[in-house]
Amino acid sequence: MARIEFDQIAHAYYPNPKEISDYALKEINTVWEDGGAYALLGPSGCGKTTLLNVISGLLKPSRGRVLYDGIDVTALPPEKRNIAQVFQFPVLYDTMSVFDNLAFPLKNRGFNKADTSRRVHEVAEILDLTPDLNKKAAGLSADAKQKISLGRGLVRSDVAAVLFDEPLTVIDPHLKWHLRRKLKEIHEQLKLTLIYVTHDQVEALTFADQVILMYEGEIVQIGTPEELFENPRHKFVGYFIGSPGMNFLPCTLEGQNARVDGVTIALEPETAALGAEARGVLELGIRPMHLEVHGSPVDGGVPVTMKAVEDQGSFKILTATLNGHTLLARVPEEHPVPENQAWLRFPPQRTKLFADERLVR
Amino acid sequence: MEKWADNKAWFLVLPVFVVVAFSAIIPLMTVVNYSIQDIFGPGNAVFVGTEWFKQMLTDTRLHDALGRQFIFSGLVLLIEIPLGILIALAMPKKGWGASASLVTLAIPLLIPWNVIGTIWIIFTRPDIGLFGVGINSLNLLDVPFDHTARPSYAWATLMAMEVWHWTPLVALLCYAGLRAIPEAYFQAAKIDGASSWAVFHYIQLPKMRGVLTIAILLRWMDSFLIYAEPFALTGGGPGNSTTFLSIYLVKLATGQFDLGPAAAFSLIYFLIVLLFCFIFYQALLNVGKGEKTS
Repeated sequence: MARIEFDQIAHAYYPNPKEISDYALKEINTVWEDGGAYALLGPSGCGKTTLLNVISGLLKPSRGRVLYDGIDVTALPPEKRNIAQVFQFPVLYDTMSVFDNLAFPLKNRGFNKADTSRRVHEVAEILDLTPDLNKKAAGLSADAKQKISLGRGLVRSDVAAVLFDEPLTVIDPHLKWHLRRKLKEIHEQLKLTLIYVTHDQVEALTFADQVILMYEGEIVQIGTPEELFENPRHKFVGYFIGSPGMNFLPCTLEGQNARVDGVTIALEPETAALGAEARGVLELGIRPMHLEVHGSPVDGGVPVTMKAVEDQGSFKILTATLNGHTLLARVPEEHPVPENQAWLRFPPQRTKLFADERLVR
Repeated sequence: MEKWADNKAWFLVLPVFVVVAFSAIIPLMTVVNYSIQDIFGPGNAVFVGTEWFKQMLTDTRLHDALGRQFIFSGLVLLIEIPLGILIALAMPKKGWGASASLVTLAIPLLIPWNVIGTIWIIFTRPDIGLFGVGINSLNLLDVPFDHTARPSYAWATLMAMEVWHWTPLVALLCYAGLRAIPEAYFQAAKIDGASSWAVFHYIQLPKMRGVLTIAILLRWMDSFLIYAEPFALTGGGPGNSTTFLSIYLVKLATGQFDLGPAAAFSLIYFLIVLLFCFIFYQALLNVGKGEKTS
């Protein structure tokens, strides 16, 4: 177990990177505290896996240092770093039994037979693999195979961290939920540092204490799931987190209020004050679930034209247009749906202001 | 259900049937025909039953040729399979080196077989051949090297030629098998702290099982049926020391015109090859799941 630190890490896959866009990872300084459960979240190609491989040592970064408990390990290969990593697709040693697969990382490090057997049985118990221990690994189902891969990641109790690279992609949805809970339990039991890469926000938000959101090789925000949801620091966070993502409207400021194509929307005084000082293109942002939908004119309500209703079972998504800008609102299942014309109220404390895609307040 | 008025659809398979008949069934039946009769000329044949088969099965020259054939094919597998694997492991994975080594390896495979024999005759000639002149100038051998001088020289030349000719095929197959292994396996092995021997034993070799099965079958069949190269190189000599089954068969059939015994021999030959292919295939299919086979 260790505290892992990134000191000015940057990585480019091609030699001699010149422009900032040549880098798969732009400069990153961050710390993974001992015993934390982190999720690395972001769209495909944002550098999540690159970052994970830099932590494990499969990739040597172009610049910067990786520190484990303050010790520079940048030049060390993965086997010297004492780290575990689980990959997206199950990696099995086909000719070995399940037991030997799980014991492999221990055997290679010269653990004695008794310790190995004890650890393997513990891990097998956690992952419900005990009945399969003597079977050949090759003949098992896809999710059993992935459980073995997970098990190999968890079998060493002394690792600095366990890294997961979208490990549940190949698993059936119902089992996914079960395994995610298992991982959470394991984290609570063993107090291992877990770093979990995913592009699935539900997975990230349920698994992690801290979510690290990445976008185009940069960390755009680190925070609890709630912080990411309520105070997205970047337009991308607002758009990526939440289903559907945040609504954005280009606006101008007029005293305490924002104006969107001649329509006035009230802001909190502090927001307006900070917005007046901000430079760049201003935009309003609001979560669909925070929009209030009314069937008749209300104080502060903005008239919109209703376009569509999508019933998602436990809630409804309403699509409306405001002078050509599309707005999505999320209302409870039993909420009445106005036809043709509706009035949307933007609660000031929930209405966020962005300048050049960065959160003002 | 309505019954079809006619079965004209059968005509659709007729072309295939005709092609297979002329390419395989009729020639094979001709051989069967010769193997159970003594044919003196058109319309002049005597049914002899299994006589030719009995004669061939007790023929000591056939036994000798069969023994030689097993030794030859066994040596081919023992040398070419491990060597092919080693070459494949040593080949560069990408860049110009990969293309260069692939092209270099493919060259022996592109040369006509009897030309290979001629190339090696010239290469080993004691008067002008690079190898022949080279080894004789070292004065290491009690009898000066000439590939027809001694059975051991003939065999050494033949084996060297065979290995040079066909190891590239094994290497190319293994290379393809190795390249098909996802990178994650090697990354996982690194994380698990596996040694390079363990990576070979637990990842690369099991993942090459499919291509190795093909390589072993192909090399077994081809080497068991070998004709053109030893015919060009030694013509079966010195003595009978490199007379393999096919060379003996051709001598019997077109040299001595013993078509009856030769036909019986052909069928036996065919069955032996088929039997061994079956055994190898089954062995690799089942044993390969547990341990390495080569």
